[in-house]
Amino acid sequence: DHEAIRRRSGARVRRASWKRRRSGEGVRVGSNGRASQGLSIDTSVEGFDKGRSRENERTNDRTIDRSGEEGDDERTRRRGRKRKGEGERGARRVESASRGLSIDTSFGGFDARTGVWSRGKGKMEAPTKMKEVLTGTTIIACTYDGGVILGADSRTSSGNYVANKVADKITKVCDKVYLCRSGSAAHTQAVAGYANLYLNQHAIELGDKGCSVKAAANIVKEIAYGNKAWMNAGMIIAGWDKKEKGKVFVVPLGGTLMDVPFAVGGSGSIYINAFVDRNWKPNMTKEECKSFVRKAVSLAISRDGSSGGVIRTVTVNEHEQVKEFVTGNEVPVYQDEIQSKGPPQVEFVSV
Amino acid sequence: MPQLSDLIGSFVDDKICYDTGYQAPSQPATHTTQPIVTGSSVLGLKYKGGVILAADTLGSYGSLARFRDIRRITTVGKNILVGASGDYSDFQKIQELLEEVVAEDYCLDDGRTHTAKEIHSYLGRVLYGRRNKMDPLWNTLVIAGVENGNSFLGQVDLLGTQFEDDTLATGFGSHIARPLLRNAYNENLTEEEARKIVLDCMRVLFYRDARTIIKIQ
Repeated sequence: DHEAIRRRSGARVRRASWKRRRSGEGVRVGSNGRASQGLSIDTSVEGFDKGRSRENERTNDRTIDRSGEEGDDERTRRRGRKRKGEGERGARRVESASRGLSIDTSFGGFDARTGVWSRGKGKMEAPTKMKEVLTGTTIIACTYDGGVILGADSRTSSGNYVANKVADKITKVCDKVYLCRSGSAAHTQAVAGYANLYLNQHAIELGDKGCSVKAAANIVKEIAYGNKAWMNAGMIIAGWDKKEKGKVFVVPLGGTLMDVPFAVGGSGSIYINAFVDRNWKPNMTKEECKSFVRKAVSLAISRDGSSGGVIRTVTVNEHEQVKEFVTGNEVPVYQDEIQSKGPPQVEFVSV
Repeated sequence: MPQLSDLIGSFVDDKICYDTGYQAPSQPATHTTQPIVTGSSVLGLKYKGGVILAADTLGSYGSLARFRDIRRITTVGKNILVGASGDYSDFQKIQELLEEVVAEDYCLDDGRTHTAKEIHSYLGRVLYGRRNKMDPLWNTLVIAGVENGNSFLGQVDLLGTQFEDDTLATGFGSHIARPLLRNAYNENLTEEEARKIVLDCMRVLFYRDARTIIKIQ
């Protein structure tokens, strides 16, 4: 029914154009993107589309990222308002090229999906980042009573492709000091290499004393800060030294150095910030801490597409440095990841 | 083919914009990077015989409240305070520079240390020099101090703008708190009154600034 549709969709449908529509000249769907009931959509009309104009579609620009596009996005946001540029007959005006994939960036900030910082100057394109290899990742490190435990997932993604499903993101830079890497794989590997170089030289001078975690973190910070224009690397440095025992430092994107009791980083970290805030306690035992780290990483893997694979952990304390991992089939899964709503419709066929 | 959008790292028009700070290698090395871990506002208010500064303890990572216990106000020597809003890594760099200044004072050992006005000048020149190299330290700094019973309050920002005033507010506070501070200021404030005014402004900022937390320094 026409009235019901109008109320439901919130669109201001003009009666005159409605009549014209029924005669097959053109179509305006409700502003929520769905065609009204009982109406035939005439897709041959110039300009009818799901949010893109024909002009846009014809562009050869491969840097426009269409992977996340849904037709309804713009419409749901502009529910109730007449769409810009819509003429009498329901045909759209040609839109500018910037409307291919628009994200409301009026507030500025970091778009974790595309790894792009925006200054909030209005709508802008968000192209994929040259398909460079990223450790879209979850990394975590936390102190417990006597040492630190570092944890990470093992997925290296290159756009939507998983380049390495068993990556090792926890790198040793010095005896008893480890670096968790997130961001661009190339950048972080280079930083780890340089840190290793400088710390080895430093360790020769120190002799038996051993490298302090603070020195390692400071070197990483100097590299990150000095090259901040080019680099995309968020790192967590954690380890054990004689003077300060277990320590965790985090060097996020701009090259800040923060001394924290626990830290999470990478694209998956946003999903577990609250979980980690709630469940970390000071002076946990080693076993408690290890299961806490594993649980946190598994929760992030559960929600973040760029994290996955195995859960690697490194335990560092006065006596030992132990590298372990939880195999993929033993990573805990949650809620609707494993259960479906009805009885399983599975038939095993022998091949 | 080099375009205007390559020269300026964050040029936005109707077309595609890369805002990642990436530059083609053929260009001269200029870095106008963006602030990443940021601090919000710093407020400063003179009272009779002193100065009070206030800032919250949040380091925001975009919209994420990432570091909730940072110190955005630091001391220089015995009687100077420097507070910063803007990029925290650049503020850490400024702290290192100030430590060098203090160390130089200590080594000279001639009975004089840098005053607040001198630190204000120094930081003004540093920040202006960096901005001329198109590589700013992305901060707005508030410098406060007391010499011989006279209080000093000055501001330097990432462009190198340098000035003094009786009341200061940076960041979001410059829109919200500055008029409140100016209204409340008079020459004969006591410390208690000044503290009350500044805390009231911090409360208003907590209401109205989305990038603050309740904890202040």
